[in-house]
Amino acid sequence: MTYKVGISRQITQRTAFVFLGLATAITVIPVLFIIIYTAIKGGGAISWDFITQFPSQAGKAGGIFPAIVGTLYLMLGTLVFALPVGVLAGIYLTEYARDNWLTRLINLAIVNLSGVPSIVFGLFGLSMFALTFHFGLSLLTASLTLACQALAMVITTSREAILAVPREYREGSLAIGTTKWQTIRHIVLPQAFPGIITGAVLAISRAAGETAPILVVGAAFLMPKLPQSPFDQFMALPYHLYTVAAHVPNMPKETIWGVALMLLIVVLSFDILAAVIRIKTRQKR
Amino acid sequence: MDITLLKQNGKTEFPSTCTTKLKTEKVNLYYGTFQALRNVTLEIPACNITAIIGPSGCGKSSLLRLFNRMNDLIPGSRVEGNVELDGIPIYGPKVDVVELMKRVGMVFQKPNPFPMSVFENVAYGPRRHGINNRAELEEIVEKSLRQAASWDEVKEKLEQSGLALSGGQQQRLCIARVLAVEPEVILMDEPCSALDPVATLKIEDLMRNLAQEYTIIIVTHNMQQAARVSDMAAFMMMEEDRAGTLVEYGPTSKLFTNPKDKRTEDYITGRFG
Repeated sequence: MTYKVGISRQITQRTAFVFLGLATAITVIPVLFIIIYTAIKGGGAISWDFITQFPSQAGKAGGIFPAIVGTLYLMLGTLVFALPVGVLAGIYLTEYARDNWLTRLINLAIVNLSGVPSIVFGLFGLSMFALTFHFGLSLLTASLTLACQALAMVITTSREAILAVPREYREGSLAIGTTKWQTIRHIVLPQAFPGIITGAVLAISRAAGETAPILVVGAAFLMPKLPQSPFDQFMALPYHLYTVAAHVPNMPKETIWGVALMLLIVVLSFDILAAVIRIKTRQKR
Repeated sequence: MDITLLKQNGKTEFPSTCTTKLKTEKVNLYYGTFQALRNVTLEIPACNITAIIGPSGCGKSSLLRLFNRMNDLIPGSRVEGNVELDGIPIYGPKVDVVELMKRVGMVFQKPNPFPMSVFENVAYGPRRHGINNRAELEEIVEKSLRQAASWDEVKEKLEQSGLALSGGQQQRLCIARVLAVEPEVILMDEPCSALDPVATLKIEDLMRNLAQEYTIIIVTHNMQQAARVSDMAAFMMMEEDRAGTLVEYGPTSKLFTNPKDKRTEDYITGRFG
Protein backbone atom coordinates (compact mmCIF):
# COMPACT_ATOMS: atom_id res chain seq x y z
CA MET A 1 0.00 0.00 0.00
CA THR A 2 1.33 3.45 -0.86
CA TYR A 3 0.52 6.72 0.80
CA LYS A 4 -0.35 9.73 -1.27
CA VAL A 5 1.81 12.48 0.04
CA GLY A 6 -0.02 15.76 -0.35
CA ILE A 7 2.08 17.91 -2.66
CA SER A 8 0.20 21.01 -1.61
CA ARG A 9 1.10 20.35 2.03
CA GLN A 10 4.79 20.43 1.19
CA ILE A 11 4.40 23.58 -0.85
CA THR A 12 2.60 25.24 2.05
CA GLN A 13 5.39 24.23 4.36
CA ARG A 14 8.07 25.58 2.05
CA THR A 15 6.21 28.83 1.52
CA ALA A 16 5.89 29.27 5.28
CA PHE A 17 9.63 28.75 5.72
CA VAL A 18 10.39 31.29 3.03
CA PHE A 19 8.21 33.93 4.66
CA LEU A 20 9.55 33.25 8.14
CA GLY A 21 13.11 33.48 6.84
CA LEU A 22 12.32 36.66 4.99
CA ALA A 23 10.85 38.27 8.09
CA THR A 24 13.98 37.35 10.04
CA ALA A 25 16.21 38.80 7.32
CA ILE A 26 14.23 42.03 7.30
CA THR A 27 14.86 42.48 11.02
CA VAL A 28 18.57 41.78 10.71
CA ILE A 29 19.35 43.79 7.58
CA PRO A 30 18.76 47.32 8.99
CA VAL A 31 20.92 46.58 12.02
CA LEU A 32 23.78 45.28 9.88
CA PHE A 33 23.32 48.12 7.42
CA ILE A 34 23.54 50.78 10.15
CA ILE A 35 26.64 49.23 11.67
CA ILE A 36 28.44 48.74 8.35
CA TYR A 37 27.44 52.12 6.92
CA THR A 38 28.54 53.94 10.08
CA ALA A 39 31.80 52.02 10.10
CA ILE A 40 32.53 52.92 6.47
CA LYS A 41 31.62 56.57 6.87
CA GLY A 42 33.25 57.14 10.24
CA GLY A 43 36.01 54.55 10.32
CA GLY A 44 38.50 57.02 8.88
CA ALA A 45 37.98 59.45 11.75
CA ILE A 46 38.80 56.92 14.45
CA SER A 47 42.39 57.13 15.57
CA TRP A 48 44.29 56.94 18.82
CA ASP A 49 44.23 60.74 19.06
CA PHE A 50 40.49 60.85 18.35
CA ILE A 51 39.86 58.58 21.36
CA THR A 52 42.39 60.10 23.76
CA GLN A 53 42.43 63.84 22.95
CA PHE A 54 40.24 66.71 24.08
CA PRO A 55 38.29 68.41 21.30
CA SER A 56 39.42 71.67 19.80
CA GLN A 57 37.87 74.17 17.37
CA ALA A 58 34.33 73.35 18.58
CA GLY A 59 34.86 69.65 17.95
CA LYS A 60 36.12 70.09 14.40
CA ALA A 61 39.57 68.98 15.45
CA GLY A 62 41.07 67.01 18.30
CA GLY A 63 39.33 64.04 19.88
CA ILE A 64 36.29 63.09 21.90
CA PHE A 65 37.98 61.67 25.00
CA PRO A 66 35.88 63.60 27.55
CA ALA A 67 32.64 62.55 25.82
CA ILE A 68 33.63 58.87 26.00
CA VAL A 69 34.60 59.20 29.66
CA GLY A 70 31.40 61.15 30.41
CA THR A 71 29.27 58.43 28.84
CA LEU A 72 31.07 55.72 30.81
CA TYR A 73 30.57 57.74 34.03
CA LEU A 74 26.89 58.09 33.20
CA MET A 75 26.54 54.34 32.64
CA LEU A 76 28.28 53.63 35.92
CA GLY A 77 26.09 56.15 37.76
CA THR A 78 22.94 54.72 36.20
CA LEU A 79 23.99 51.19 37.17
CA VAL A 80 24.78 52.17 40.76
CA PHE A 81 21.30 53.61 41.26
CA ALA A 82 19.15 51.41 39.03
CA LEU A 83 20.59 47.96 39.83
CA PRO A 84 20.02 47.74 43.61
CA VAL A 85 16.63 49.43 43.53
CA GLY A 86 15.51 47.45 40.50
CA VAL A 87 16.63 44.09 41.87
CA LEU A 88 15.12 44.68 45.30
CA ALA A 89 11.85 45.79 43.73
CA GLY A 90 11.94 42.73 41.47
CA ILE A 91 12.42 40.46 44.49
CA TYR A 92 9.62 42.14 46.38
CA LEU A 93 7.20 41.94 43.46
CA THR A 94 7.89 38.27 42.72
CA GLU A 95 8.42 36.84 46.19
CA TYR A 96 6.56 38.95 48.68
CA ALA A 97 3.84 41.07 47.07
CA ARG A 98 0.40 39.53 47.26
CA ASP A 99 -1.63 39.40 44.09
CA ASN A 100 -4.04 42.26 44.79
CA TRP A 101 -5.12 45.46 43.08
CA LEU A 102 -2.19 47.44 44.47
CA THR A 103 0.38 44.99 43.11
CA ARG A 104 -1.37 44.94 39.76
CA LEU A 105 -1.38 48.73 39.72
CA ILE A 106 2.35 48.79 40.47
CA ASN A 107 3.04 46.26 37.72
CA LEU A 108 1.00 48.35 35.32
CA ALA A 109 2.96 51.44 36.35
CA ILE A 110 6.26 49.64 35.69
CA VAL A 111 5.15 48.57 32.23
CA ASN A 112 4.08 52.13 31.45
CA LEU A 113 7.26 53.59 32.90
CA SER A 114 9.16 52.24 29.90
CA GLY A 115 6.66 53.90 27.60
CA VAL A 116 7.20 57.40 29.01
CA PRO A 117 9.03 59.57 26.45
CA SER A 118 12.61 60.13 27.51
CA ILE A 119 12.37 63.91 27.36
CA VAL A 120 9.70 63.70 30.06
CA PHE A 121 12.18 61.82 32.23
CA GLY A 122 14.61 64.64 31.53
CA LEU A 123 12.16 67.29 32.70
CA PHE A 124 11.29 65.20 35.75
CA GLY A 125 14.98 64.87 36.59
CA LEU A 126 15.49 68.59 36.12
CA SER A 127 12.71 69.57 38.48
CA MET A 128 13.21 66.75 41.01
CA PHE A 129 16.97 66.17 41.27
CA ALA A 130 18.46 69.38 39.87
CA LEU A 131 16.11 71.89 41.47
CA THR A 132 14.27 70.26 44.38
CA PHE A 133 17.23 68.28 45.69
CA HIS A 134 19.69 70.98 44.59
CA PHE A 135 21.95 68.55 42.76
CA GLY A 136 22.14 71.12 39.97
CA LEU A 137 22.95 70.33 36.36
CA SER A 138 25.38 67.53 37.03
CA LEU A 139 26.53 64.01 36.47
CA LEU A 140 24.61 62.98 39.60
CA THR A 141 21.34 64.47 38.35
CA ALA A 142 21.80 62.88 34.93
CA SER A 143 22.63 59.48 36.45
CA LEU A 144 19.56 59.57 38.67
CA THR A 145 17.39 60.64 35.75
CA LEU A 146 18.65 57.87 33.49
CA ALA A 147 18.36 55.40 36.38
CA CYS A 148 14.66 56.22 36.71
CA GLN A 149 14.26 55.43 33.05
CA ALA A 150 16.35 52.23 33.25
CA LEU A 151 14.48 51.06 36.33
CA ALA A 152 11.55 49.66 34.38
CA MET A 153 13.80 47.39 32.37
CA VAL A 154 15.90 46.32 35.36
CA ILE A 155 12.78 45.44 37.37
CA THR A 156 11.19 43.58 34.47
CA THR A 157 14.30 41.52 33.66
CA SER A 158 15.03 40.84 37.35
CA ARG A 159 11.49 39.65 37.82
CA GLU A 160 11.71 37.35 34.84
CA ALA A 161 15.09 35.97 35.95
CA ILE A 162 13.73 35.32 39.45
CA LEU A 163 10.59 33.67 38.14
CA ALA A 164 12.69 31.44 35.89
CA VAL A 165 14.36 29.79 38.90
CA PRO A 166 12.70 26.37 39.10
CA ARG A 167 10.17 25.91 41.87
CA GLU A 168 11.92 22.65 42.84
CA TYR A 169 14.94 24.60 44.10
CA ARG A 170 12.84 26.86 46.30
CA GLU A 171 10.82 23.96 47.67
CA GLY A 172 13.98 21.92 48.23
CA SER A 173 15.42 24.74 50.28
CA LEU A 174 12.26 25.52 52.24
CA ALA A 175 11.73 21.80 52.89
CA ILE A 176 14.78 21.70 55.15
CA GLY A 177 13.60 24.51 57.34
CA THR A 178 15.24 27.59 55.85
CA THR A 179 13.49 30.91 55.83
CA LYS A 180 12.12 32.50 52.73
CA TRP A 181 14.82 35.14 52.77
CA GLN A 182 17.58 32.52 53.13
CA THR A 183 16.11 30.69 50.16
CA ILE A 184 16.05 33.87 48.10
CA ARG A 185 19.54 34.90 49.18
CA HIS A 186 21.29 31.54 48.74
CA ILE A 187 19.29 29.73 46.06
CA VAL A 188 17.15 32.10 44.01
CA LEU A 189 19.48 35.08 43.60
CA PRO A 190 22.61 33.12 42.59
CA GLN A 191 20.50 31.34 39.98
CA ALA A 192 18.87 34.53 38.75
CA PHE A 193 22.12 36.52 38.78
CA PRO A 194 23.12 36.06 35.10
CA GLY A 195 19.66 37.12 33.96
CA ILE A 196 19.63 40.12 36.27
CA ILE A 197 23.09 41.29 35.18
CA THR A 198 22.24 40.81 31.53
CA GLY A 199 19.14 42.95 31.94
CA ALA A 200 21.02 45.62 33.87
CA VAL A 201 23.84 45.85 31.32
CA LEU A 202 21.35 46.11 28.46
CA ALA A 203 19.46 48.79 30.38
CA ILE A 204 22.57 50.92 30.91
CA SER A 205 23.71 50.47 27.34
CA ARG A 206 20.36 51.82 26.29
CA ALA A 207 20.74 54.67 28.76
CA ALA A 208 24.16 55.43 27.25
CA GLY A 209 22.50 56.24 23.97
CA GLU A 210 19.89 58.58 25.41
CA THR A 211 20.18 62.17 24.25
CA ALA A 212 16.98 63.93 25.21
CA PRO A 213 17.06 63.50 29.01
CA ILE A 214 20.70 64.47 29.45
CA LEU A 215 20.13 67.50 27.23
CA VAL A 216 18.21 69.17 30.05
CA VAL A 217 20.02 67.83 33.11
CA GLY A 218 23.64 68.72 32.65
CA ALA A 219 25.31 67.57 29.45
CA ALA A 220 27.74 70.18 28.17
CA PHE A 221 29.01 70.53 24.63
CA LEU A 222 32.57 71.41 25.51
CA MET A 223 34.37 71.05 28.81
CA PRO A 224 37.97 72.06 29.41
CA LYS A 225 38.54 69.12 31.73
CA LEU A 226 36.93 65.87 32.89
CA PRO A 227 34.25 66.07 35.59
CA GLN A 228 36.00 66.26 38.96
CA SER A 229 33.00 65.32 41.08
CA PRO A 230 29.44 64.00 40.63
CA PHE A 231 28.25 67.58 40.90
CA ASP A 232 30.12 68.71 37.77
CA GLN A 233 28.66 68.97 34.32
CA PHE A 234 29.87 66.46 31.78
CA MET A 235 30.24 65.70 28.10
CA ALA A 236 28.53 62.65 26.61
CA LEU A 237 28.69 60.93 23.24
CA PRO A 238 25.05 61.19 22.14
CA TYR A 239 24.82 64.87 23.07
CA HIS A 240 28.16 65.56 21.41
CA LEU A 241 26.93 63.81 18.28
CA TYR A 242 23.73 65.84 18.29
CA THR A 243 25.61 69.12 18.65
CA VAL A 244 28.34 68.49 16.08
CA ALA A 245 25.77 67.21 13.60
CA ALA A 246 23.19 69.94 14.08
CA HIS A 247 24.82 73.06 15.47
CA VAL A 248 28.42 73.35 14.35
CA PRO A 249 28.82 74.85 10.87
CA ASN A 250 31.38 73.42 8.44
CA MET A 251 31.74 70.28 10.49
CA PRO A 252 33.73 67.57 8.66
CA LYS A 253 31.23 64.80 7.83
CA GLU A 254 33.73 62.14 8.72
CA THR A 255 34.10 63.44 12.28
CA ILE A 256 30.32 63.32 12.78
CA TRP A 257 30.24 59.71 11.63
CA GLY A 258 33.27 59.02 13.77
CA VAL A 259 31.40 60.17 16.88
CA ALA A 260 28.42 58.05 15.85
CA LEU A 261 30.67 55.04 15.37
CA MET A 262 32.24 55.55 18.79
CA LEU A 263 28.80 55.68 20.39
CA LEU A 264 27.80 52.48 18.58
CA ILE A 265 31.00 50.78 19.71
CA VAL A 266 30.40 51.72 23.36
CA VAL A 267 26.75 50.58 23.30
CA LEU A 268 27.41 47.39 21.33
CA SER A 269 30.39 46.39 23.43
CA PHE A 270 28.17 46.46 26.52
CA ASP A 271 25.54 44.42 24.70
CA ILE A 272 28.24 41.90 23.83
CA LEU A 273 29.44 41.96 27.44
CA ALA A 274 25.90 41.07 28.54
CA ALA A 275 25.84 38.15 26.11
CA VAL A 276 29.26 36.94 27.29
CA ILE A 277 28.17 37.03 30.95
CA ARG A 278 25.08 35.01 30.08
CA ILE A 279 27.00 32.40 28.11
CA LYS A 280 29.79 32.09 30.70
CA THR A 281 27.47 31.53 33.62
CA ARG A 282 25.41 29.09 31.61
CA GLN A 283 28.50 27.00 30.86
CA LYS A 284 29.54 26.98 34.48
CA ARG A 285 26.44 25.08 35.51
CA MET B 1 8.89 -4.25 62.02
CA ASP B 2 5.98 -6.11 63.48
CA ILE B 3 2.96 -3.99 64.04
CA THR B 4 -0.30 -5.34 65.25
CA LEU B 5 -3.01 -2.84 65.08
CA LEU B 6 -6.31 -3.20 66.69
CA LYS B 7 -9.38 -1.65 65.29
CA GLN B 8 -11.64 -0.57 68.10
CA ASN B 9 -14.76 1.51 67.65
CA GLY B 10 -13.47 2.81 64.37
CA LYS B 11 -10.35 4.24 65.99
CA THR B 12 -6.92 3.00 65.00
CA GLU B 13 -4.78 2.10 67.96
CA PHE B 14 -1.12 1.31 68.01
CA PRO B 15 0.65 -0.96 70.43
CA SER B 16 1.90 0.92 73.47
CA THR B 17 5.47 0.88 72.17
CA CYS B 18 4.47 2.86 69.14
CA THR B 19 3.39 6.43 69.67
CA THR B 20 1.45 8.61 67.34
CA LYS B 21 3.73 11.01 65.50
CA LEU B 22 1.30 12.77 63.22
CA LYS B 23 -2.43 13.00 63.35
CA THR B 24 -5.10 14.56 61.18
CA GLU B 25 -8.66 15.07 62.32
CA LYS B 26 -11.47 15.81 59.88
CA VAL B 27 -9.18 17.76 57.61
CA ASN B 28 -10.53 19.62 54.62
CA LEU B 29 -8.07 21.29 52.27
CA TYR B 30 -9.08 23.86 49.70
CA TYR B 31 -7.21 25.50 46.85
CA GLY B 32 -9.41 28.52 46.30
CA THR B 33 -12.87 27.11 45.72
CA PHE B 34 -11.58 23.66 44.79
CA GLN B 35 -11.66 21.14 47.60
CA ALA B 36 -8.60 18.91 47.41
CA LEU B 37 -9.12 16.87 50.58
CA ARG B 38 -12.33 15.98 52.39
CA ASN B 39 -12.68 14.82 55.95
CA VAL B 40 -9.35 13.05 56.26
CA THR B 41 -8.72 11.50 59.66
CA LEU B 42 -5.69 9.32 60.36
CA GLU B 43 -2.91 8.72 62.85
CA ILE B 44 0.61 8.02 61.73
CA PRO B 45 2.85 6.01 64.07
CA ALA B 46 6.40 7.09 64.87
CA CYS B 47 9.39 5.23 63.46
CA ASN B 48 7.43 3.52 60.76
CA ILE B 49 6.89 3.83 57.06
CA THR B 50 3.43 4.89 56.06
CA ALA B 51 2.52 4.67 52.39
CA ILE B 52 -0.17 6.78 50.78
CA ILE B 53 -1.52 5.12 47.66
CA GLY B 54 -4.31 5.82 45.23
CA PRO B 55 -5.05 6.84 41.65
CA SER B 56 -3.69 10.04 40.09
CA GLY B 57 -5.25 13.22 41.35
CA CYS B 58 -6.73 11.70 44.49
CA GLY B 59 -4.94 14.12 46.80
CA LYS B 60 -2.00 11.95 47.92
CA SER B 61 0.54 14.72 47.49
CA SER B 62 -1.80 17.29 48.98
CA LEU B 63 -2.16 15.13 52.08
CA LEU B 64 1.61 14.71 52.28
CA ARG B 65 2.21 18.43 51.92
CA LEU B 66 -0.25 19.06 54.72
CA PHE B 67 2.28 17.70 57.20
CA ASN B 68 4.98 20.30 56.56
CA ARG B 69 2.61 23.06 55.45
CA MET B 70 4.15 23.06 51.97
CA ASN B 71 0.62 23.66 50.69
CA ASP B 72 0.84 27.13 52.23
CA LEU B 73 3.00 28.13 49.26
CA ILE B 74 0.01 27.77 46.98
CA PRO B 75 -1.96 31.01 46.93
CA GLY B 76 -5.53 30.53 48.09
CA SER B 77 -4.92 27.29 49.99
CA ARG B 78 -6.90 26.86 53.19
CA VAL B 79 -7.01 24.11 55.80
CA GLU B 80 -9.91 23.17 58.03
CA GLY B 81 -9.68 20.63 60.83
CA ASN B 82 -6.73 19.67 62.93
CA VAL B 83 -3.26 18.43 62.06
CA GLU B 84 -0.93 17.56 64.93
CA LEU B 85 2.75 16.76 65.25
CA ASP B 86 3.53 15.19 68.62
CA GLY B 87 0.20 16.47 69.86
CA ILE B 88 0.83 20.07 68.83
CA PRO B 89 -1.55 21.56 66.26
CA ILE B 90 0.72 22.64 63.41
CA TYR B 91 -1.87 24.93 61.85
CA GLY B 92 -2.42 26.67 65.17
CA PRO B 93 -1.36 30.21 65.96
CA LYS B 94 2.26 30.89 66.91
CA VAL B 95 3.50 27.90 64.92
CA ASP B 96 6.93 28.54 63.44
CA VAL B 97 6.55 27.08 59.96
CA VAL B 98 10.30 27.24 59.31
CA GLU B 99 10.98 25.18 62.44
CA LEU B 100 8.20 22.80 61.43
CA MET B 101 9.82 22.25 58.03
CA LYS B 102 13.12 21.56 59.75
CA ARG B 103 11.48 18.84 61.86
CA VAL B 104 9.43 17.52 58.94
CA GLY B 105 11.77 17.24 55.97
CA MET B 106 10.72 16.52 52.43
CA VAL B 107 12.08 14.63 49.43
CA PHE B 108 10.53 15.35 46.06
CA GLN B 109 9.46 13.38 43.03
CA LYS B 110 12.14 14.75 40.77
CA PRO B 111 15.59 14.74 42.36
CA ASN B 112 16.33 18.41 42.95
CA PRO B 113 19.93 18.84 44.09
CA PHE B 114 20.92 22.49 44.16
CA PRO B 115 23.31 23.60 41.40
CA MET B 116 26.29 23.47 43.76
CA SER B 117 28.80 20.86 44.89
CA VAL B 118 27.81 17.62 46.59
CA PHE B 119 29.36 18.89 49.81
CA GLU B 120 27.54 22.21 49.67
CA ASN B 121 24.25 20.49 48.92
CA VAL B 122 24.43 18.55 52.18
CA ALA B 123 25.99 21.42 54.14
CA TYR B 124 23.32 23.83 52.90
CA GLY B 125 20.80 23.16 55.66
CA PRO B 126 23.27 23.13 58.58
CA ARG B 127 24.87 26.32 57.26
CA ARG B 128 21.51 28.06 57.15
CA HIS B 129 20.87 26.91 60.68
CA GLY B 130 24.01 28.64 61.81
CA ILE B 131 26.79 26.03 61.64
CA ASN B 132 29.84 27.55 59.97
CA ASN B 133 32.69 25.56 61.47
CA ARG B 134 34.30 23.63 58.62
CA ALA B 135 35.21 20.56 60.68
CA GLU B 136 31.72 20.36 62.10
CA LEU B 137 30.21 20.67 58.63
CA GLU B 138 32.50 17.96 57.28
CA GLU B 139 31.37 15.67 60.06
CA ILE B 140 27.70 16.34 59.35
CA VAL B 141 28.16 15.87 55.61
CA GLU B 142 29.91 12.53 56.05
CA LYS B 143 27.39 11.29 58.60
CA SER B 144 24.42 12.33 56.45
CA LEU B 145 25.85 10.81 53.29
CA ARG B 146 26.60 7.58 55.16
CA GLN B 147 23.04 7.51 56.50
CA ALA B 148 21.82 8.01 52.95
CA ALA B 149 23.98 5.08 51.75
CA SER B 150 25.90 7.42 49.45
CA TRP B 151 29.22 8.03 51.16
CA ASP B 152 31.23 5.33 49.42
CA GLU B 153 29.96 6.40 46.01
CA VAL B 154 30.44 10.14 46.37
CA LYS B 155 33.28 10.61 48.87
CA GLU B 156 35.68 11.22 45.97
CA LYS B 157 33.21 13.58 44.30
CA LEU B 158 32.39 15.96 47.13
CA GLU B 159 33.55 18.99 45.18
CA GLN B 160 31.75 17.99 41.98
CA SER B 161 28.39 19.45 41.07
CA GLY B 162 25.44 17.59 42.57
CA LEU B 163 23.86 17.74 39.14
CA ALA B 164 26.65 15.57 37.71
CA LEU B 165 25.52 12.53 39.71
CA SER B 166 23.18 9.84 38.37
CA GLY B 167 19.46 10.12 39.08
CA GLY B 168 19.51 7.63 41.93
CA GLN B 169 22.59 9.23 43.47
CA GLN B 170 20.94 12.63 43.15
CA GLN B 171 17.88 11.42 45.00
CA ARG B 172 19.99 9.94 47.80
CA LEU B 173 21.90 13.22 47.91
CA CYS B 174 18.57 14.97 48.43
CA ILE B 175 17.79 12.54 51.23
CA ALA B 176 21.20 13.26 52.78
CA ARG B 177 20.46 16.97 52.49
CA VAL B 178 17.29 16.47 54.50
CA LEU B 179 19.00 14.20 57.05
CA ALA B 180 21.70 16.83 57.63
CA VAL B 181 19.24 19.05 59.51
CA GLU B 182 18.18 16.12 61.73
CA PRO B 183 14.47 16.00 61.07
CA GLU B 184 12.04 13.70 62.86
CA VAL B 185 9.74 13.02 59.95
CA ILE B 186 10.68 12.58 56.30
CA LEU B 187 7.99 13.09 53.69
CA MET B 188 8.67 11.46 50.35
CA ASP B 189 6.62 12.44 47.33
CA GLU B 190 6.98 9.58 44.82
CA PRO B 191 10.75 9.56 45.39
CA CYS B 192 11.44 6.75 42.93
CA SER B 193 9.16 7.61 40.04
CA ALA B 194 12.03 9.14 38.05
CA LEU B 195 14.47 6.30 38.85
CA ASP B 196 15.32 2.95 37.32
CA PRO B 197 14.52 -0.30 39.21
CA VAL B 198 18.02 -0.74 40.64
CA ALA B 199 18.16 2.81 41.98
CA THR B 200 14.61 2.33 43.27
CA LEU B 201 15.59 -0.74 45.29
CA LYS B 202 18.53 1.15 46.79
CA ILE B 203 16.21 3.91 47.96
CA GLU B 204 13.80 1.35 49.39
CA ASP B 205 16.59 -0.34 51.36
CA LEU B 206 17.64 3.06 52.58
CA MET B 207 14.09 3.83 53.68
CA ARG B 208 13.90 0.62 55.69
CA ASN B 209 17.11 1.55 57.49
CA LEU B 210 15.98 5.09 58.15
CA ALA B 211 12.64 3.92 59.52
CA GLN B 212 14.42 2.77 62.67
CA GLU B 213 15.03 6.38 63.62
CA TYR B 214 12.68 8.43 61.48
CA THR B 215 9.00 8.51 60.75
CA ILE B 216 8.62 8.21 57.00
CA ILE B 217 5.59 8.93 54.90
CA ILE B 218 5.80 8.02 51.25
CA VAL B 219 3.42 8.81 48.43
CA THR B 220 3.70 6.21 45.70
CA HIS B 221 2.00 5.16 42.52
CA ASN B 222 3.70 1.85 42.72
CA MET B 223 1.69 -0.62 44.76
CA GLN B 224 4.46 -3.20 44.85
CA GLN B 225 6.63 -0.54 46.37
CA ALA B 226 4.02 0.27 49.00
CA ALA B 227 3.69 -3.43 49.79
CA ARG B 228 7.47 -3.88 49.97
CA VAL B 229 8.45 -0.97 52.14
CA SER B 230 5.55 0.25 54.23
CA ASP B 231 4.23 -0.75 57.62
CA MET B 232 1.04 1.23 57.31
CA ALA B 233 -0.89 2.07 54.18
CA ALA B 234 -3.53 4.63 53.40
CA PHE B 235 -5.68 4.22 50.31
CA MET B 236 -7.21 7.38 48.87
CA MET B 237 -9.66 8.09 46.11
CA MET B 238 -11.40 11.11 44.75
CA GLU B 239 -15.06 11.79 45.02
CA GLU B 240 -17.26 13.06 42.23
CA ASP B 241 -16.25 16.67 42.81
CA ARG B 242 -12.60 15.50 42.66
CA ALA B 243 -12.03 16.03 46.37
CA GLY B 244 -9.69 13.40 47.79
CA THR B 245 -10.86 11.19 50.62
CA LEU B 246 -9.32 8.48 52.70
CA VAL B 247 -10.97 5.17 51.85
CA GLU B 248 -9.05 2.80 54.04
CA TYR B 249 -6.13 2.99 56.41
CA GLY B 250 -4.41 0.21 58.28
CA PRO B 251 -1.39 -2.07 58.47
CA THR B 252 0.00 -2.72 55.01
CA SER B 253 -0.22 -6.48 55.40
CA LYS B 254 -3.92 -6.26 56.13
CA LEU B 255 -4.72 -3.65 53.52
CA PHE B 256 -3.07 -5.66 50.81
CA THR B 257 -4.24 -9.14 51.77
CA ASN B 258 -7.58 -8.51 53.33
CA PRO B 259 -8.95 -5.09 52.40
CA LYS B 260 -12.21 -4.15 54.06
CA ASP B 261 -13.41 -1.81 51.38
CA LYS B 262 -14.46 -3.08 47.96
CA ARG B 263 -12.83 -0.08 46.27
CA THR B 264 -9.48 -0.84 47.93
CA GLU B 265 -9.68 -4.39 46.72
CA ASP B 266 -10.49 -3.30 43.18
CA TYR B 267 -7.57 -0.92 43.18
CA ILE B 268 -4.91 -3.22 44.59
CA THR B 269 -5.96 -6.08 42.34
CA GLY B 270 -5.53 -3.75 39.40
CA ARG B 271 -9.12 -3.49 38.34
CA PHE B 272 -8.81 0.26 37.97
CA GLY B 273 -6.38 3.09 38.52
